Amino acid sequence: MVAKRIIPCLDVKDGQVVKGINFEGLREVGDAVDMGVKYSRDGADELVYLDISATQEGRRTFAALVERIAQGIDIPFTVGGGIGSIEDAARLLDAGADKISVNSAAIADPTLISRIASKYGSQFVVVAIDAKCIEGRWTCTTHGGKRLTDVELFSWAREAQERGAGEILFTSMDHDGTCAGYADDVYARLTDELTIPVIASGGAGSVEDIRRVLTEGRADAALAASIFHYGQIPIPQLKQALRAAGINVRI
Amino acid sequence: MIAIIDYDAGNIRSVGNALQRLGAEYELTADPARILAADKVILPGVGNAAEAMASLEARGLCGLVKTLRRPVLGICVGMQLMCRDSEEGPTQCLGIFDAHVRRFTEAPDAKVPHMGWNAIGNLDSKLFKGLDGGSFVYFVHSYFPGLCPDTIATCRHGEQLFSAALKYENFYGTQFHPEKSGSVGAAILQNFLAL
Repeated sequence: MVAKRIIPCLDVKDGQVVKGINFEGLREVGDAVDMGVKYSRDGADELVYLDISATQEGRRTFAALVERIAQGIDIPFTVGGGIGSIEDAARLLDAGADKISVNSAAIADPTLISRIASKYGSQFVVVAIDAKCIEGRWTCTTHGGKRLTDVELFSWAREAQERGAGEILFTSMDHDGTCAGYADDVYARLTDELTIPVIASGGAGSVEDIRRVLTEGRADAALAASIFHYGQIPIPQLKQALRAAGINVRI
Repeated sequence: MIAIIDYDAGNIRSVGNALQRLGAEYELTADPARILAADKVILPGVGNAAEAMASLEARGLCGLVKTLRRPVLGICVGMQLMCRDSEEGPTQCLGIFDAHVRRFTEAPDAKVPHMGWNAIGNLDSKLFKGLDGGSFVYFVHSYFPGLCPDTIATCRHGEQLFSAALKYENFYGTQFHPEKSGSVGAAILQNFLAL
């Protein structure tokens, strides 16, 4: 049985890990490589690094950083943020990324998913989706939640899978930053409708939140940021608690 | 000196990074003379087995790999190329391990690709010195080698039990990625370096 995964997410701006609340109000929390090394030693199963730099300069800094991350850590890591072309993906693969995540650019041009997947394999392509519930309809957003689209979450997730996505990373914008639990029912439905793994993101505030999304929510992996960055929930204790609750995790 | 065979079969940089973390010297090469001169050889590989096999053949390295007498480690698709044949393509492979490579059948408890951390058992080789059955390693694959007399570690994905590692004489192979498997993977690579 494949173990359920615990994934710290690191938002990176100019080489530093930052954390915002509801995608606004950033605060620096540490060096990207040092934090990755620490998390991998603590038992994180995978890492996600998101480049939130908005400038060309920031993008170049990030590619150089990915090389240092690949040299320093010995677990798989995904990089994302601003990937808009197959060339962007190739550059990050060459720098040593195990997977890339595409978000806004894939909604603008869904063939981006198929083009990257057919060249580098589905295992390399994570499709990240940010959505919020509007009058009962889960609606996708782009540009870090700033722009609303008319794309519906479940149909988009199915299309992404058909186009060759290897995993879906869904963030509920309604839950992100609240520390009040994940959108469990949405993950359960995504897992029912898809055959590829689903990563839950947005809302982790406690061990119980993570336990619930991995059991009732049936997610394959739980991603979180602040609860790890600020040391609220140390990963070794989290994994012990999940194992005690009967969940198959790597210790 | 460790030779990592460079034959355009996906991201081979992470294997080099892992060796560097262990303080081992390595070079990426497709030069037969350099491969023959190396103390140990690693055959990495991700992606499609038939394409990887064609790529190895195009560099005239198929015959060479089979004749190596120093320790050789195939990783993921690199290991599959050392098996008898693969359904992916399909393609004939090098025939070092007496195993047939086939595709997983999808099931609710066995998503394909088999991706993530899974436990290995029935460990039976110096490659696993110091490790216990139940250790977790990182897999990313849709095709797997079946069980055979060369099996030195097993893993279960859904109902399917398969070879997580193989050995025949000086040839070793892991279906998982030791270079991405944290401290367990580092121990396996260290054991390989110590052979």
